[in-house]
Amino acid sequence: MSATYAMYQEQILDHYKNPRNKGTLRDATLRARESNPLCGDEIALYLVVDGKDRISDVRFDGEGCAISQASASMLTEMIKGKTLAQARAVREEDILKAVGIPLSAVRTKCAILSLHVLGLALTSPKES
Amino acid sequence: MARAAKVLLNVPAIRKDFPILLRKVRDKPIVYLDSAATSQKPKQVIEAESDFYTRYNANVHRAIYELGEEATREYEGAREKVAGFLHAKAPSEIVFTKSTTESINLVAYGWGIKGKLKEGDEIVGTVMEHHSNHVPWHFVRDYKGIVLKHVGVTDDGRLKMEEYEDLITKRTKVVTVAQVSNVLGTINPVREIAKRAHEVGAICVVDAAQSVPHMPVDVQALDCDFLAFSGHKMLGPTGIGVLYGKQGVLEEMEPLLGGGEMIREVHLGHASWNDVPYKFEGGTPNIAGAIGLGAAVDYLTKLRMDAVRAHEMELTAYALEQVHRLKGVHPLGVEDVSGRGGVLSFTMDHAHPHDIASILDVEGICIRSGHHCAQPLMERFNLPATARASFYVYNDVDDVDRLIQGLRKVMEVFA
Repeated sequence: MSATYAMYQEQILDHYKNPRNKGTLRDATLRARESNPLCGDEIALYLVVDGKDRISDVRFDGEGCAISQASASMLTEMIKGKTLAQARAVREEDILKAVGIPLSAVRTKCAILSLHVLGLALTSPKES
Repeated sequence: MARAAKVLLNVPAIRKDFPILLRKVRDKPIVYLDSAATSQKPKQVIEAESDFYTRYNANVHRAIYELGEEATREYEGAREKVAGFLHAKAPSEIVFTKSTTESINLVAYGWGIKGKLKEGDEIVGTVMEHHSNHVPWHFVRDYKGIVLKHVGVTDDGRLKMEEYEDLITKRTKVVTVAQVSNVLGTINPVREIAKRAHEVGAICVVDAAQSVPHMPVDVQALDCDFLAFSGHKMLGPTGIGVLYGKQGVLEEMEPLLGGGEMIREVHLGHASWNDVPYKFEGGTPNIAGAIGLGAAVDYLTKLRMDAVRAHEMELTAYALEQVHRLKGVHPLGVEDVSGRGGVLSFTMDHAHPHDIASILDVEGICIRSGHHCAQPLMERFNLPATARASFYVYNDVDDVDRLIQGLRKVMEVFA
């Protein structure tokens, strides 16, 4: 089995088939949605932020390839329970490291779509 | 009645002409199934381009010296070859552009925006067009207040021909259609559509990017007014495209680019245009590209386009048969290969097209995944994307078998 199959079978495939924190949050404080028109990947993020600027709950929803959906699932695990400042500090490299294998330029866009959506959510107007 | 002997291609011999096919990708022999995006190039085309730069590079048309005459002779020779290939009435009906996209934009601008179209006129397209046959008409609509209408697509991927009855009216000025869909492979009845357009005095504009490389195309038999295609999808270089136009409509059309070559006389305040087709070729053209395209036309002519077509029908039929045996793989488009070109789009249960393409890539198999620049068609089928394999003269059943093996691996991973 080559590296790519291994990747698909372990990390990515696990998160793709059993996504963590999948769904929507009606009482989200921050939310954003974005798609990658190249392939139609779509990710929406819902964050509930408590009075101490902590992300007490998070959900993602979306459709698309294994890389985009699995990395979104991974991202929710990375930011759940963290402060907004900590969430803001998540970098592209962190996502790619979590994904764990080298990706082509096109597939990198799939992997970081959810991070892009997080950026949008963090700058979106807060809902009470 | 005895069946006519089938004309076939000698694929092993053809493959020897394509240096890139000797390459290994990821330590595996390359299986190139993305010719609908761009074809590979035979050494005859590569050498023709290189020969121009090596032996007789000069600008065309006005040089007095020998090199310039040779360059002009070859450049115009390429135009003659293309005219012959399409069965155009004269080489002057062939305009060199950079691509299908530029060709359609030239019509939209020179015939539409700068031409005689006026507010309330109507343009009839289809839902299955490539973006390059949607967006230029959006420009015309926005600039001139034209009404745009679109013929729908059936579940099996054919045009809803009966819709033309209502959509084509006295106000229709342009009817435009792809001869072959780049996603579904559907071959559309262009001749009939052109006839309907002409009944109301409209012109018929054909996107032939996926047809001219793959089947015999006779512009006089189709009776279309404009027909656009690219060199790079038909074994030729990138950066060279063609707009065929009937002499009369070309003469009515305004140029897009003003500058050198396209003029007869220039004064400080005004200018008059050169003859057709030169008035559309402002600036130094892609001389090497045109010469390379001429070599591609020679190559295809030698193979015979009816043989190319027969070969692709056979491969597509084989691929469809094999794909149908895979559970959870869903091909799009008509089943009868007499009505479709060598394009096979499909979806798979549980595997997104990008993931399919990534896994096939590991196997050295090149396919395309995404919306194929046909988002309105994707919306019609409610699909975010498809995977697409497309065939050409250098593909054979071994390539299809490798594809099927690859798809089995995808199924293992995503089962």
